Amino acid sequence: MMVPERDVLHVAIVSAPIDVGALLSRAQAPGVGAVSMFLGTVRDLNDGRPVSGMEYEAYGPMAESELRAIAEETCGRIAGLRLVVEHRVGTLEIGEASVAIVAAHAHRAQAMDGARDVIEALKRRVPIWKREHYLSGDREWLDPTKVQA
Amino acid sequence: MSIPVLLFASYADAFGARRLDVPIDVPCQVADLVRVIRSMPGGDRLPAAPLVAVNRTWVREDVAVQVGDEIALIPPVAGG
Repeated sequence: MMVPERDVLHVAIVSAPIDVGALLSRAQAPGVGAVSMFLGTVRDLNDGRPVSGMEYEAYGPMAESELRAIAEETCGRIAGLRLVVEHRVGTLEIGEASVAIVAAHAHRAQAMDGARDVIEALKRRVPIWKREHYLSGDREWLDPTKVQA
Repeated sequence: MSIPVLLFASYADAFGARRLDVPIDVPCQVADLVRVIRSMPGGDRLPAAPLVAVNRTWVREDVAVQVGDEIALIPPVAGG
């Protein structure tokens, strides 16, 4: 399906901290009446184990192209959606954002659906991995096929 | 001959490398390639049907691999 390039405003894999305000600004437009943002953040506990931080690795070029494909498919399903997506790689501290999805639309239902669709597809399809750093000093790559991530 | 295969995350740890030179004649199918990789040191840590990307696109195991393709063995993805 042909999708207007302007709907997918920005897709990137980044190593610097995600600037949420800048992403929100990119999504804004006079016709926007609803902005939905999903932020994935590093939490301090997983599966009962205290976590001190998280390390993200990506197959950079493919992660970016797959993320762009997801964004374009989502804009193809939801006419008028404006999407801005960043996923961070590297070592993150508790509370830092690993992924930000800003979905803007004239109406709230489409904006909220857009953000959800992108994060759900991202978790299924984008080649990115995370290794938890535990307070005990251990480190472990998460495998969502084995545990609830 | 051998062809390079990119490794990431837990698979890079399993093989102790970020790139494997896999001894196999190409063209071959992805399934043939995976079979050879599985026989290499560390290959026993791979799941039954590991994900593979060729030229940055997901592929099935019956896809043919050519000289010059960018091949990656992809651990279960865990973004977000």
